[in-house]
Amino acid sequence: MLQSFKMALKSIWGNKMRSFLTMLGIIIGVASVIILVSIVNGYMSYMVESFTSMGVNRITVRYTALPSRSIDVDEFYEFYGENAELFEQMTPNVQVSVTVKHDSDSMDATTVGGYSEEYLDIMGYQIEYGRNLLYSDMASRQKTAVVGAYVATELYGSSENALGEEIKLNGDSYTIVGVAERQTENASDFDDGCTDDFVWIPYSRAVKMSRNAVINNYIFTSSDISRTEECTTAIKDFLYGKMKNSNLYSVTAMSSLMDSLNEQIAMMSMMLGGIAGISLLVAGVGVMNIMLVSVTERTREIGIRKALGAKRRVILQQFVIEAAVTSTIGGMIGIVFGAAACTGIGALMGISAPPTLTAVVVSFSVSVGIGLIFGYMPASRAARLNPIDALRSD
Amino acid sequence: MNEAGKTPLIDLRNIYKIYYMGEEEVRANDGINLAICEGEFVAIVGKSGSGKSTLMNIIGALDVPTDGEYYLAGNDVSDMSDNELAEIRNSRIGFVFQQYNLLPKLNLLENVELPLLYAGMDTWERRERALESLERVGLKEKWRSFPSQLSGGQQQRVSIARALAGNPSLILADEPTGALDSRTGRDVLDFLKKLNWEGNTIVMITHDSSIALEAERVVRIYDGKINFDGDVKEYAAII
Repeated sequence: MLQSFKMALKSIWGNKMRSFLTMLGIIIGVASVIILVSIVNGYMSYMVESFTSMGVNRITVRYTALPSRSIDVDEFYEFYGENAELFEQMTPNVQVSVTVKHDSDSMDATTVGGYSEEYLDIMGYQIEYGRNLLYSDMASRQKTAVVGAYVATELYGSSENALGEEIKLNGDSYTIVGVAERQTENASDFDDGCTDDFVWIPYSRAVKMSRNAVINNYIFTSSDISRTEECTTAIKDFLYGKMKNSNLYSVTAMSSLMDSLNEQIAMMSMMLGGIAGISLLVAGVGVMNIMLVSVTERTREIGIRKALGAKRRVILQQFVIEAAVTSTIGGMIGIVFGAAACTGIGALMGISAPPTLTAVVVSFSVSVGIGLIFGYMPASRAARLNPIDALRSD
Repeated sequence: MNEAGKTPLIDLRNIYKIYYMGEEEVRANDGINLAICEGEFVAIVGKSGSGKSTLMNIIGALDVPTDGEYYLAGNDVSDMSDNELAEIRNSRIGFVFQQYNLLPKLNLLENVELPLLYAGMDTWERRERALESLERVGLKEKWRSFPSQLSGGQQQRVSIARALAGNPSLILADEPTGALDSRTGRDVLDFLKKLNWEGNTIVMITHDSSIALEAERVVRIYDGKINFDGDVKEYAAII
């Protein structure tokens, strides 16, 4: 056995070019499996991460009030309070369309909305200057506002200057009590309608402004992503209890969007893995081809060995081991290349794509397996050669 | 010479080897009876196509006869399996080929070790035996060399060393001088004679009657049959 290994290594080393070409197929096959699977995985975790920062645990609730039946804000708060262990935060969501003005300057694309003090956390924003909206602002319907960095910069020159200034919403004067930290990273994104172009006011004020009696939209967040299902069920039960008609409301969880995204990514991963797998198969055919050539080329050698007393098993072993060693070495080189390449490509794409253990293990064992299987056929052909015919060949 | 009461080393009884080329039947060996005793030096001579190569393959356990019995040192070789044939070749027969048939990628020592390797001998004993064998042919110092670095005569001596290494019952030489010039061919023949003197049984296959004259006993094959079997002096008289 040890002798066979030595012989195999000797033979591989003795035909450097041929061995390298055989390995090349396996190297490319293994490397591409690792690269594709790892990149897709890296991309997936990147997507999940960015979705999480967008709030996967968010549940939006929309309902339509009837003249006879409606739900008060206080009832929502009561429900929220009763299920404190399910939910992290909650806010009413009152969108109003108003003109935003300061002196003669006005803003066109600014989103103006009324929320509770918890909206800042739901969005994951930070206050840079001043303070957040407070519960007392809600209760006493204060004309206070938190503005985004873009509004502050456009109307007052900078975020710092905006603090304490007045801002006119449909002619009503509001005091800016806080300015949120800038969210956009690039200067080119810092424009009308960007994530920094907003004015938040207490929902109790916004309701008055919208001239609606009831608040139709709410945002909840679950205490844990795994409990999102439970949360939506609880909300639906609550709404049905009040409205008695499931057509009058909708409850949408962000995480269900993510489930379908995950599904798609998993499918893509499998598809790409399959394509890479085909290249491994092609590499296997390459191994078989080269081994067949090797057997033909070495017919005389096989004849001599058999004449000197080598049994079938010994010849079979020699060639199978040679094929296995070739594909193992190729597989190892492929792993090194694949790992280096996916780390490099990951860095280029700006995502972290470390080679996954599964991809490495699967591609390596498949390549060795393919080497064995495809090496066996030529090897058994070599083992069955008749020594007389083999000796006669040139 | 088959002396009464002594078991011959090679005992061929009514050997037939029949090939079919399409519809045509070719009798390469057509009823051969031959016995060779230990210590003999026999030349098997015949033109090409006479069936001498087929006979050599059978004697060398490379092939089995279509019909008949072949006993090699008392073992019935005539219907052995592939693996059993390999084993008997390995333990009983040392081959010397016309084209030397050394493996070009192995050095001299490794080439000579090869039959010992297949016999399952351990590394140190193998090496010792192979070096000993190389010493007998006067090439011990060159054990690291590769066959391509040697002359034809030297390569043939290496192949003789390889044949000797396993301490076989029979040395089977197939046209051992065929690829050599007359002087080195002479040396190789002298060496084979010396081995015979030391007690080795040698069967040499050749088409050349002048080379056959170097043996002690000559067997001539014609059309798959033995048409002469006798002392070299008798053979010299009829050619």
